[in-house]
Amino acid sequence: MVKKAIQIDEKDNVATTTGEVEVGEQLEVISPEGKVILKPKVAEPIPFGHKLAIKPIKNGENIVKYGEVIGVATQPIKSGAWVNTHNVGSARMPTSGKEEGVL
Amino acid sequence: MTQFMGYARPDKSVGVRNHLLVLAPIDCSFEPAKKIAAQVDGAVAVTQYHGCGSDPVIVNTLVGTALNPNVAAVLVLGLGCETLTVDTVADGVRPSGKPVETLVLQQEGGTLKTQEKALRILQRWAQEVAEYRPEPFPVSKLILAVECGGSDATSGLAANPAVGVACDKLIDEGGTVIFSEPQEMIGTQHILARRAVNKRVAADVYKMIDEDEARLKARGVDSRWMSAGNIDGGLTTIEEKSLGAIRKGGTRPIQGVLQNNWDRFDRPTRPGLWLQDGTGWDVPSVTHMVAAGAQVVCFTSGQGSTTGHAIAPVIKITGNPITYQQMEDNMDINAGTILDGSESLNSVGQRIYQTIVDTANGKKTKAEALGYRDYIVFCRNRAAEHLLGHC
Repeated sequence: MVKKAIQIDEKDNVATTTGEVEVGEQLEVISPEGKVILKPKVAEPIPFGHKLAIKPIKNGENIVKYGEVIGVATQPIKSGAWVNTHNVGSARMPTSGKEEGVL
Repeated sequence: MTQFMGYARPDKSVGVRNHLLVLAPIDCSFEPAKKIAAQVDGAVAVTQYHGCGSDPVIVNTLVGTALNPNVAAVLVLGLGCETLTVDTVADGVRPSGKPVETLVLQQEGGTLKTQEKALRILQRWAQEVAEYRPEPFPVSKLILAVECGGSDATSGLAANPAVGVACDKLIDEGGTVIFSEPQEMIGTQHILARRAVNKRVAADVYKMIDEDEARLKARGVDSRWMSAGNIDGGLTTIEEKSLGAIRKGGTRPIQGVLQNNWDRFDRPTRPGLWLQDGTGWDVPSVTHMVAAGAQVVCFTSGQGSTTGHAIAPVIKITGNPITYQQMEDNMDINAGTILDGSESLNSVGQRIYQTIVDTANGKKTKAEALGYRDYIVFCRNRAAEHLLGHC
């Protein structure tokens, strides 16, 4: 079966996988209306529930999911590439780390 | 305009159920209240577990529960020596015009004498209510409460956005939606504040979420930071994590932040999307939205949940197809079809919207059919709130 990734809002530039995707596997990106809007080439494994870019994203460009900005690209991201903390940072507060004096 | 069949109340609100509420203002009278309610068709008993002092948050929540349009009539059953008297509650309910009676165990002379009087009152109401005929009303008369619990990776991907589609549709038809759980909004203050209808509401949004962040930090848990499990699960930033939760309320402008504290008890004053300051603890969160007037509840759960509510029907939705298979007895809607690509997000949202209307029309949810009557009143510790500078 062809694997699927969901674009939650039409403004989103990332989609979320609904199953583990292997290199070279066929993948379809589904819009909120249920249409196949992209069949990206998968060049790296993408785990279930993770994101991939559905258009080329420049360094410093906003990452949009749920129709809202969820972070900023820290390097250029190719369409179809896996998106996570290695290439995106929060615009609000760092994702990893621990505040001094707080358990 | 979608319509539903509901019951007109004297205060112009519209109920979707006809509960006979047996309300014990304190737990001392709850056992008799439960036994009495169990003997009458359509009766349900509730109480609270915060002692017998007359705390405004408790009083407001109990009175709000009794005023909920799904309640047809109210019997307030007290012990007698409590500070939170039956009249404290009954006086709050009387202006609505719905039938209210009070009984006090110490005055009647114990449970058996009280029970006889109580049963006569409830028996009469049960007969009267059976003759109420529902009339058509526009869905603009509905207030929907939205809750999530037992979330997993599918919640933000399927169930929450699908419920959000239904919320947007209800609001576009003039209806009202409330959602709460400020703990799950942390990191999205700026996004929610941007959706506020004005600067004052934007400031209220910041205040509510910032205060909850302060409570969590005071307990020694810094929840702003993402766990390794979050990141392994595909969540990259705190904004993304909270957006998955808040998407259950849809995307429409935020009309205001409803308070239920020692100074204020708010209900929605116009249609649209409202936030409510409250708790992430599911049943009390639902109770407080019901006290603000919600007649129907949508509850999303990734891992599955059994809860219903004493006053409002609870429609349970999962985005996890395995959970739906395993817990079909408890989950009303399978939004897991989004994951295999067999159904679009918008199509599932329409299905949820239709279920809201069907439920308002009288269709029983699975929790209702099983007789689940969850009810818990939430109250923050006032001394702790004072120490945090919140009041």
